[in-house]
Amino acid sequence: MTFLQAPIRAFFAILESALDRIFGAKFNPLYHLGALGFFMYWVVAVTGIYIYIFFDTGITEAYDSVEYMTHDQWYLAGVMRSFHRYASDAMVLFMVIHIFREFAMDRYRGARWFTWVTGTPVMILIFASGITGYWLVWDELAQFIAVRSAEWLDWLPIFGTAIAANFLTPDALDDRFFTLMIFIHIAAPLILLFILWIHLQRVSNAVTNPPRALAVGMMVAMLVLSLVKPAVSHGPADLGTVVSVLDLDWFYLGMYPLLDYWSSGTVWATLGVLLLILLLLPWLPPMRRAAPALVTLDQCNGCTRCQADCPYAAITMVPRTDGLKFDLQAEVNPDKCVSCGICAGACPTATPFRRRADLVAGIDLPDSSIADLRDRIHAAADLLGGKTRILVMSCQHAARTDDLVGPEATAVKVPCIGAIPPSFIDYMLSEGLADGVMLSGCSEGECYNRFGGHWTKARLEGTRDPNLRKRVPRERIGTFWGNKMQGGGLRREIERFAGSLADLPKPPLPDRSGPPPAPSRSKEASDA
Amino acid sequence: MLSIVKYIGQALVYAAIMASLGFLATSPAYQHFPPDHAMIKLTFAHGGKHITDCVRTSREDLKDLAPNMRKQVRCSRDRVAITVQLEIDGKAVYDHTLQPAGLRNDGPSQVYEGFPVTAGKHVLSMRLRDTKRTDGGFDYETTAEVELSPKQLFVIQFRPEFGGFYFN
Ligand code: HEM
Ligand code: SF4
Ligand code: SF4
Repeated sequence: MTFLQAPIRAFFAILESALDRIFGAKFNPLYHLGALGFFMYWVVAVTGIYIYIFFDTGITEAYDSVEYMTHDQWYLAGVMRSFHRYASDAMVLFMVIHIFREFAMDRYRGARWFTWVTGTPVMILIFASGITGYWLVWDELAQFIAVRSAEWLDWLPIFGTAIAANFLTPDALDDRFFTLMIFIHIAAPLILLFILWIHLQRVSNAVTNPPRALAVGMMVAMLVLSLVKPAVSHGPADLGTVVSVLDLDWFYLGMYPLLDYWSSGTVWATLGVLLLILLLLPWLPPMRRAAPALVTLDQCNGCTRCQADCPYAAITMVPRTDGLKFDLQAEVNPDKCVSCGICAGACPTATPFRRRADLVAGIDLPDSSIADLRDRIHAAADLLGGKTRILVMSCQHAARTDDLVGPEATAVKVPCIGAIPPSFIDYMLSEGLADGVMLSGCSEGECYNRFGGHWTKARLEGTRDPNLRKRVPRERIGTFWGNKMQGGGLRREIERFAGSLADLPKPPLPDRSGPPPAPSRSKEASDA
Repeated sequence: MLSIVKYIGQALVYAAIMASLGFLATSPAYQHFPPDHAMIKLTFAHGGKHITDCVRTSREDLKDLAPNMRKQVRCSRDRVAITVQLEIDGKAVYDHTLQPAGLRNDGPSQVYEGFPVTAGKHVLSMRLRDTKRTDGGFDYETTAEVELSPKQLFVIQFRPEFGGFYFN
């Protein structure tokens, strides 16, 4: 799949950098697609309730009631109708970009399959909601949808009588079918909400609200759009005629023209195959998964930090089973674990100051352990010897550092920037392994493992356990947040960092002031 | 970046999103049907005659059957396939033999077919055979001249009780 992912990713990388500059990473809409989708859902829900007050549910009265809103009460109900339409369209727009993005960023397979697969019914329900919504206006567009949908559904051998017969003549029309559409238009979004909730079951602390500035910006922009180009109806439906030229909403109705050119069976087959591919994508091919995190019970003190930091809700704290004096112990659900190592980065026992034999963390990745990280740091430090020696801790999903080896700067790869316990930074500097440590993680706001960059910043700032000790000279720590394509930017940042390190006074001799904190339940222990 | 430039940039991004929403919500316009044409729709469900005639069963035969199975008249449930033809201005546009619906071939045969024509006068002739006859003839035949206006939906239906083909 990389041949498909790479170009999409490259496209996003360009867009991302541009939007980073315009919005700042915090407000970059590309980092809030799911949340924007949610936001649009609420806008659609609220405006929908409002316009339903004015909507007449009889098939012969519906059109006039919508006309009344649009023209007689354009300033309120009309604007609400426009919001209802455009927010629905925006939901599709953001959803489509969201799908492409999760796919391109490779966040759809392995342990993440669940979130991908549960996104698919969300998509179907969104279309069901939108299509039935256009039906309710009972204008020429609705007539087109009704006739084509009926013909399309009639192809399935499940309905005894032809639904299309309902739309042949004005007198054949009855209210029952229309009432069913109203029902679906209300029920589908409610089920949608429930499925969205399932969609996020394996994403801890899911961001479902965009930053306020983005939300306000969207609302203002939609208001302008609603005034400039209000949502209007076509002429009233007339079953005695065939509708001719239509202003289609391509977000929701883009499929319908296909039914004019292909047979119903072909359209069913095409959609079915596409849906199947979408559903099976996480296993086409399956991801070679790294081993999930493992708890070493006699090292775990039940502090809950790993659980708090795990981005995929893979850790639960359960009652102690080994008789140690702690109440709880960590337990990993291997099916949910994406092997990011953030838990090890959070574990107070993962400290490199411990003797080699002792370096077993309460929770750790078998394929990329904390002990192994210390060894690789030493190996990299041995290569250093320039005027300023920089160890670059490089997330494997962030800026490429494959050939970053040399006396000035050498990279050490980690599965996630959040997988580095802060005590390691302390260790590298206080042991004199390097003059500076550069942390390179994913673009701000778009960490492959969701919270790697976020937690790292908080740990450096001392606002989240485990904190980086106060004694560590912050001027010797550099950070770079960028995507895979931004290797050049990272190199420039390293040069700049080297320059600033050269201006600093020589670091004090390795500080061997006492052993690191022993595993402890006390929150302060990490910053002792 | 200068903050004023940033704000202009943000405004442009919002404008671009709204432009794509506003545009794709109604455009490009789609022509589903040529405005100077009319649509003739041939659509109905009609069951052909039963394949075998109903037979009156003799007392002798009934005697051997369970009481609830003793029917005086037995009919085959299978229906014959019907043949439907439509000619527009002397040109055959539809000529099909339609199998009965249902797993036991006991349901009606169904037609649902549309024929776009230019608006104006047209001569339609329709024929239908729903019996076993083998002489090639038809049980129902109608010819009519109609004047169709642009975008008109002209539905041809069929019901024996209405005397065969009729229009809407
Ligand atoms: C409008 C509909 C949708 C909404 C509102 C929505 C919302 C969200 C949200 C809020 C998140 C969590 C983001 C975070 O906090 O990191 C998320 C994650 C995700 N979504 Fe959706 N989603 C929608 C549709 C879909 C669809 C249709 C798919 C795929 C077919 C999909 C695939 C995913 C995946 C794979 C993730 C997980 C990302 C990760 O593992 O980090 N979503 N979605
Ligand atoms: S490696 Fe740790 S933090 Fe990451 S998903 Fe697995 S259990 Fe959670
Ligand atoms: S000691 Fe480590 S493994 Fe145990 S709960 Fe704390 S962070 Fe998790």
